[in-house]
Amino acid sequence: MSIKVFAAIILTAVFVNNYVLQQFLGICPFLGVSKKFDSAVGMSIAVIFVMLLATAVTFPIQHFILDKMDLGYMQTIVFILVIAALVQLVEIVLKKYVPALHASLGVYLPLITTNCAVLGVCIDNVDSYMTATGFGASYAQALFNAFGSGLGFMMAMVLFSGVRARIEDNDAPPSFKGMPITLIAAAILSVAFFGFTGVIENIFG
Amino acid sequence: MSPIITAILVVSVIGVICAVMLSVASKVMAVEVDERIPKVRECLPGANCGGCGYPGCDGYAAAIVEDENTPINLCAPGGPAAAAAIGKVLGREAGAIVKQSAFVHCRGDCNVTGHKERFQGEQTCAAAKLLFSGDGKCAYGCLGYGDCEKVCPEDAIHVIDTLARVNPAKCIACGICVRTCPQHLIAIRAESMPVVVKCSNHYKGPIVKKVCTAGCLGCTLCAKKCPAGAIHMEQDLPVIDPEKCTGCMTCVTVCPAKCILPRNGTED
Repeated sequence: MSIKVFAAIILTAVFVNNYVLQQFLGICPFLGVSKKFDSAVGMSIAVIFVMLLATAVTFPIQHFILDKMDLGYMQTIVFILVIAALVQLVEIVLKKYVPALHASLGVYLPLITTNCAVLGVCIDNVDSYMTATGFGASYAQALFNAFGSGLGFMMAMVLFSGVRARIEDNDAPPSFKGMPITLIAAAILSVAFFGFTGVIENIFG
Repeated sequence: MSPIITAILVVSVIGVICAVMLSVASKVMAVEVDERIPKVRECLPGANCGGCGYPGCDGYAAAIVEDENTPINLCAPGGPAAAAAIGKVLGREAGAIVKQSAFVHCRGDCNVTGHKERFQGEQTCAAAKLLFSGDGKCAYGCLGYGDCEKVCPEDAIHVIDTLARVNPAKCIACGICVRTCPQHLIAIRAESMPVVVKCSNHYKGPIVKKVCTAGCLGCTLCAKKCPAGAIHMEQDLPVIDPEKCTGCMTCVTVCPAKCILPRNGTED
């Protein structure tokens, strides 16, 4: 397991398989919290944290409990249960130790509870990296993928908060003001990310 | 063991573990809420009008308790009673209440101005404003479709003769009409202000003469004659500095269009 493999995993997660711009998961916080740079970064850090934590917990659950007991079909329910509890925990911790961030995230932190990007990362990890042998190596790969996915989410949020700051200053036609022009901008950003397709294979392949 | 029972058991066990973990965490990391916040909140009327500049009554109560320097006399609907009650809870002086009310900076009713076209769309100011800045001859004046009247929570503003008029006795200075008026004619003004400019047009004099007989001509006479130097012109309209104004009423006397008026008695 070389550094090259982990670098490829992270770069793939950030640029090629970007959860927001390429797989269209986690659109709700992407559109909701990207208005201000500060809250976009705060939200992204919360998402990175939750993605890592969720993978760290769900991957062993899948490996040691669900697969061992032939309960693979319970994956979605168990994962949602565990992620929901984790997000609650993160919220309690933030409220206690980082009240400013808790206030600025507002309703969006509970929204990570049912965020498809977080669940998507967990299920993707199980599908892509779970091997019958060598739990340690696949676990590490899954954690790196989760971290990379969170970073990709953060990059999308930060990029888009900049785009939105520019949109706010511009005079869009009245019928496009607000959400419509935001969605168009998001679509253009997403199309731009198609340019990364195949880049990783050519660098590391 | 049947697979169903195994599945139920496994999910229940995971659920119980999560529940125990969460309840322990919420006990260990409980955040103490200042008990004065609900007490202050009870003193406020609960109109949630946002007139104080905070997000609703809860936001204002939290701001008062958390920051010593937050003025406790900002609540217009509650008035002096609310400020005194909050002062009692926190042991702070309430300070003087500046009575404020909404003010319409236009006196273009149907007797002094008219329509340049017949507007047959939806009868709201917002809709009329979309079409060539409204159907009135003066593009800056009151449109008279009563958007402010519809949003006023206290029934304090009424359109009479196509001009919005405020009843200061009922007005709670919440500022909802200020945000609603598409012409931006309404402002929250202190009732202690001696004089007010009752016009908002930025036209030059000759055009004003054509569209409205009560409009400010932009003659700058008031600015020149004011002994306190409290008036200056901005975009052909006088602006009165309430700090400098002494209430001598010179501007009221000299204004040829009679659109600078004493604050008291202009509401009708």
